[in-house]
Amino acid sequence: MLIHIIVNGEKQKFHCSPDDMLLDVLRDAGYKSVKCGCDTTNCGLCTVWFEGKPVLSCSLPAARANNKHVTTLEGVREEAKVFGSLLVDEGADQCGFCSPGLIMNVIAMKKELGQATEGDIKHYLAGNLCRCTGYMSQLRAVKKYMGVEE
Amino acid sequence: MRYVSRPVRKVDGMALVTGKPLYTNDLAPKECLIVLALRSPHAYARIKEIDVTKAKAVKGVECVLTYKDTPGVRYTNAGQTYPEFSPYDRLILDEYVRYVGDEVAIVAATHEKAALQALKMIKVEYEILKPVLDYKKAIDNEVIVHDYEDYFHHFDFLGIDPKRNIVVDGEETFGDLAAEFKNSDIIIEREYENQAQEQCMMETFRTYTYLDHNDRLVVVTSTQVPFHVRRTMARALKIPQSKIRVIKPRIGGGFGAKQTVVSEYYPALVTLKTGKPAKMIYTRKETFSCSNSRHQMNIKVKLGADLEGHIKVIELTTLSNQGAYGEHGPTTIGLSGHKSIPLYNQAKAYRFKYTGVYTNTMPAAAFRGYGATQGQFALESAVNELALELKMDPTKLREINMCRFGQLMKAYYNEPLTSSALDRCIVRGKEMINWNKKYPRVEISPTKVRAVGMAISMQGSGISNVDTAGAEIKLNDDGFYTLKIGATDMGTGCDTTMTQIAAETLLAEMDQFIIAGVDTDISPFDPGSYASSTTYVTGMAVYNAAYDLKNKIIFEGAKMIDKEKYEDSIESFNPKKFHFDGNHVIEIVTGEKVAISDIAIHIAGSSTGTYLNGIGFYSSPTSPPPLMAGFVEIELDKETGKYEVLDYVGVVDCGTIINTNLVRVQTEGGIGQGIGLAMYEDVIYNDKGRMLTNSFMQYKIPNRLDVGKIRVDFESSYEPSGPYGAKSIGEIVVNTPAPAIADALRNACGIHMRSLPMTPEKVLMAIMEK
Repeated sequence: MLIHIIVNGEKQKFHCSPDDMLLDVLRDAGYKSVKCGCDTTNCGLCTVWFEGKPVLSCSLPAARANNKHVTTLEGVREEAKVFGSLLVDEGADQCGFCSPGLIMNVIAMKKELGQATEGDIKHYLAGNLCRCTGYMSQLRAVKKYMGVEE
Repeated sequence: MRYVSRPVRKVDGMALVTGKPLYTNDLAPKECLIVLALRSPHAYARIKEIDVTKAKAVKGVECVLTYKDTPGVRYTNAGQTYPEFSPYDRLILDEYVRYVGDEVAIVAATHEKAALQALKMIKVEYEILKPVLDYKKAIDNEVIVHDYEDYFHHFDFLGIDPKRNIVVDGEETFGDLAAEFKNSDIIIEREYENQAQEQCMMETFRTYTYLDHNDRLVVVTSTQVPFHVRRTMARALKIPQSKIRVIKPRIGGGFGAKQTVVSEYYPALVTLKTGKPAKMIYTRKETFSCSNSRHQMNIKVKLGADLEGHIKVIELTTLSNQGAYGEHGPTTIGLSGHKSIPLYNQAKAYRFKYTGVYTNTMPAAAFRGYGATQGQFALESAVNELALELKMDPTKLREINMCRFGQLMKAYYNEPLTSSALDRCIVRGKEMINWNKKYPRVEISPTKVRAVGMAISMQGSGISNVDTAGAEIKLNDDGFYTLKIGATDMGTGCDTTMTQIAAETLLAEMDQFIIAGVDTDISPFDPGSYASSTTYVTGMAVYNAAYDLKNKIIFEGAKMIDKEKYEDSIESFNPKKFHFDGNHVIEIVTGEKVAISDIAIHIAGSSTGTYLNGIGFYSSPTSPPPLMAGFVEIELDKETGKYEVLDYVGVVDCGTIINTNLVRVQTEGGIGQGIGLAMYEDVIYNDKGRMLTNSFMQYKIPNRLDVGKIRVDFESSYEPSGPYGAKSIGEIVVNTPAPAIADALRNACGIHMRSLPMTPEKVLMAIMEK
């Protein structure tokens, strides 16, 4: 089937099957920042924005994105650099494989919550797993980004 | 120091956080055939008949391969230096399948749906065999997991006996055990067990392969051990090593899982058969249930001590569940004793007995900690139980008994402890957690209690007398450097820390260096990143290469300054008369100088007949242990058994810290994994040998709400044999949480948790039984 998705502000044609998930369609089209970590919607690595809201692209049928806005990390590179710099300053990037999903969720969180407490941050990001860092360095970076006092 | 002990940014950091396509599957060509495996539904079976005709007929299917299509040469998957300690008990595909998930056949198709369809069309008739699933019943079981004649191992002293399901067996004794037990006022005899924890790196196993313009097999793979991959694949595929090139791009974590060759053979086999590029991406389920994990171990500890708390004798007996294949079996088990017993080096006698056994479960292999984690959970728990019996503060018991600087560690290959700040780590940790105020517990309500617990730890820095790392640094014609290493950055940041060591030594800036991923065609030989070796072993190789290059630069600069005096006469050249400040070579007396860029272009652009390449190697006769003290505060609900980590304090002596940020994150991350091991990561099989915990739905790793607060600090020693005094950091950090949390539970309500994970259910059962 032929669908149109507005990816990072640009309307594009995609040929896909009804059972294709957005994750695979995006990766096939070259949006390689979108990662798959688990197959069971547990890890948060595949997070993209769907109509401006973070979703797991591994469980969203691509057809549902027909004529909708989807944003990947490639589409928010400048903002990703701002928060990403804070991650890198902490050494929190580590293997980096979970970073794109985390960053998409962090930027969305800032837009959605504005002000946040440490508790808000942990809850908002609970679905983004990371096996490298133990989360502390990520938290330090997120708090700086969100302007949360120590 | 300009770059050492600084919070230098990871050289690849910004590329990673902006989502650049850098990982194996991002780089794989679109036209790759998709490779999938048909896996055994049985724990033990022989393939009687396998019919692939219908599968081959599926549109888009390029090939279907069974054991009949593979070379039939036995090898080991273990990424170890040759000759490997692990036995050669593997075939790429075998007539026998030895655990649920073992590979039966391989399908390659132009797209995934066709490959999936073909998997369903393969008809297999199995002769189902009775499996051995309980590792405590494996020795001399009627079921033999490896029952054939071409089983091979290099070393007889390992006690390998496949007919008895034994993959390693041995005993080491020092001193007079009977006498020391007799002299002891108190004897503690306990039994501990840990689960087969899963590494759970976020990037699953994956590989793509293609043939280059010379028909050589190129293997792009997410591995920690590119050179071992090349050697092992050459053997298994029966092609010369010279026909294989292994490339390691960015890796999404490894933690030891990728020290074993897992996904590499199958796409390679497809590429060799079809001539076409092929890729295999393991699902998370396959990564959980068809790869490798930590070794499940049962460890019996017997301790003898006097009433003053002097530990006189230690007896440790380890039984290890190897699973279906022997990778890392004979080595992992050794660390359960070699890296626990030396912590209590004042003991006058010890015995370490060990047996590893085959079962029909998923193979165990390497996971951060590598046996030390298991041994220390047992011994640290036993020492904490001894403290309780003696009514002594466990930190005091450590002060009395722990290994001291300068001592020869009998149970640690007789190596001396050449650097240690363990005593300071304990003092600092107590201070940070406020031990004196909180030990053993604070009742905060009739049902809730807060308690603290602690443990100490050691690991190694590389494998003594085994691994050799190489490094090269080339001076390019514009005065910048190319650093070549064969150690694999798996996110840990060794590309950065190695550059820091090179930049420090050459007095250069970080951005004067290019460092690439590992490519076996180009990179100097290195066993790979495992055994906590990179900072220490490869770090020394880089230091040596930088030092070598620095001397060559000075010599070439000197020649340019005073052509007549030094040309072709290295004998008369006295490097002490010259100084290199990173930018210029300067003749000290005259102040005359020449810029490095001029030296570089002079060499590249004239007939000097040379170019400047610093070469360094390192192999260490010792493996200096980093040391650590871990402290935890938990809150327990005595009515439900639910408890949480409020605060975890880790204080580490890793010698000189090369990168303050990366060492901190390694420590926090390792503690996080240790908390998962301690509290809830569980591997469960059903009675048919099928793993039930094969997704993040069933297997819970810590999320950011679970870990509580992790705080770390460092007490540096100076390791004279390491680069700028550094020791390792990577593995030690996973070890303390399990025994420390068990200790806290004991201090909270008097229960003894001796089996991991310590889930709330088990805690509640223990409370109710008390």
